[in-house]
Amino acid sequence: MTFDPIYIHGMNCVTPLGMDLLSNWTQLLMGNGGIIRHDVGRIKNSYVAKFISEEAAGLLTPVQDSTLLERMLFTAAKPIASKYVLTPRTALVLSTTKGNVSLLQDGRMADAQLNVLANKMAEALGFQTQPIVVSHACVSGLLALSVAKRLIQIGQYDDAVVLAGDVVSEFVVSGFQAFQAMSPFPCKPFDKDRAGVSLGEAAACVYVSKEKGEFKILGEAAINDANHISGPSRTGEGLVQSVLRAGREASIDIKDIDFISAHGTATLYNDEMEAVAFHRLGLQDVPIHSLKGYYGHTLGASGLLETVIALKAMQEEVLLPTLGFEELGVSQPVNIIREAGYRPLTRLLKTASGFGGSNAAMLVERCG
Amino acid sequence: MLEKITIQKSCTIEQHRIVVDDMLVWSSATDMPFSDFAKDAFHHLDIDYPKFYKMDALSKLAFLAAEYILRGEDKDELALVLANKSGSLDTDIKHQESIQDTENYYPRPATFVYTLANICAGEISIRHGLQTENAFFIAEEFPEETIFAYADYLLQSNKAKRVLCGWVEYFQEDYRALFYIF
Repeated sequence: MTFDPIYIHGMNCVTPLGMDLLSNWTQLLMGNGGIIRHDVGRIKNSYVAKFISEEAAGLLTPVQDSTLLERMLFTAAKPIASKYVLTPRTALVLSTTKGNVSLLQDGRMADAQLNVLANKMAEALGFQTQPIVVSHACVSGLLALSVAKRLIQIGQYDDAVVLAGDVVSEFVVSGFQAFQAMSPFPCKPFDKDRAGVSLGEAAACVYVSKEKGEFKILGEAAINDANHISGPSRTGEGLVQSVLRAGREASIDIKDIDFISAHGTATLYNDEMEAVAFHRLGLQDVPIHSLKGYYGHTLGASGLLETVIALKAMQEEVLLPTLGFEELGVSQPVNIIREAGYRPLTRLLKTASGFGGSNAAMLVERCG
Repeated sequence: MLEKITIQKSCTIEQHRIVVDDMLVWSSATDMPFSDFAKDAFHHLDIDYPKFYKMDALSKLAFLAAEYILRGEDKDELALVLANKSGSLDTDIKHQESIQDTENYYPRPATFVYTLANICAGEISIRHGLQTENAFFIAEEFPEETIFAYADYLLQSNKAKRVLCGWVEYFQEDYRALFYIF
């Protein structure tokens, strides 16, 4: 059966580049990235996009003794939660991979649980419903948006606030180092010299409902590779299927899009997998960017953060370049954006892929 | 719009007992550790799948529940929707222990990869070739309404023909799996 379409209305984000969407956008237009050399706990000299303490002082505090993540989430969500009426049929969908995992350092096991974080945010923001938590590796942020859409379409809720966030921690950096996946310089998505990820921290938030709005979700899907728990599929099958199925729901030719906001983590195998998938889909000429060069890989926030920035880019009619990209370094030709371009942008394809063989794709149209 | 979805089959694993559709199919003495119970329950399946031994406890539990419920089932367009309370906290603590002490710092990729809750869903997808819709939720208790509504959406939108969904929780020897096929 077909369902009523769902629209994205308000949106916001909080990153080391800015405390709201507008300040982030200004930094992006100037070509500024947030990845610099930091010490993360006892790990010295990692290239990450992380709040420095003076910047973090500008974050709102939901309750006493809030963690950095809680303050970022609250700062991103507060303007959205205040703008719309939160009813007993408004969902809060929270996306995070590791939440407050750093609390384990102090043995605070119960406080590190993701549902504890979600309940805290729901209460601080004034939600009347039990929060829904999506924790699905690096596709979490984009999948959370699909989850909100789907649950509204099936009639469980009228509207939803989708909130996503993750922070750079010793826990995560040590793990990516153990995988030898951390880049020794700010990450270079799709470049021939790329050498791994730069991690980042961010929070992003959108409001979705059945009410007609500026951005219409045309279709989406999240298909597993069923191939390997940590290595991307060589054929990109899960990503190909996700895009094809999103296109089927949208009832459009998937080539009929203006740009792709790719996952583009800058690991050798991820970017290669994406290039193979986009090529198989016939999307090799469509302009593609990865925003990881600006924000690093923000894990459970990335899918939603990059969607928010892509929607803003559609409003402003700007194709953002892929920071860090110089020379194509994947086996299949793809059209990576090198310099900012200015043109009307009506349709976006957003994709994400992650550990556990996960993939997600969404097609969004600007209704003007 | 929510239609009543029908449970076609179920599998419960708790207290060292595996029950499929109200039939006890495997049990062990309750005083043995989960790892021994899981190994015995795996051997009882009589399958050749060495990857099982590398999995963390959450993935072993999910793997076993999927294996027992999917025997003889059609897996075409079978989506996977799982939830639990503790995410990957049991393995998170093991990774944290490996970096806690500067003198004894040894983070391992084989542990770190299991510090994501959805890896257990990935393990099931690999084993059964499920190139299908996948989602992992965290909730204090089995969020039946959300999961059933989500499964109903997947069926009604033709994004899946059938859905394997349920609860798979493991934290420090406390565990419970409850799987359904819709």
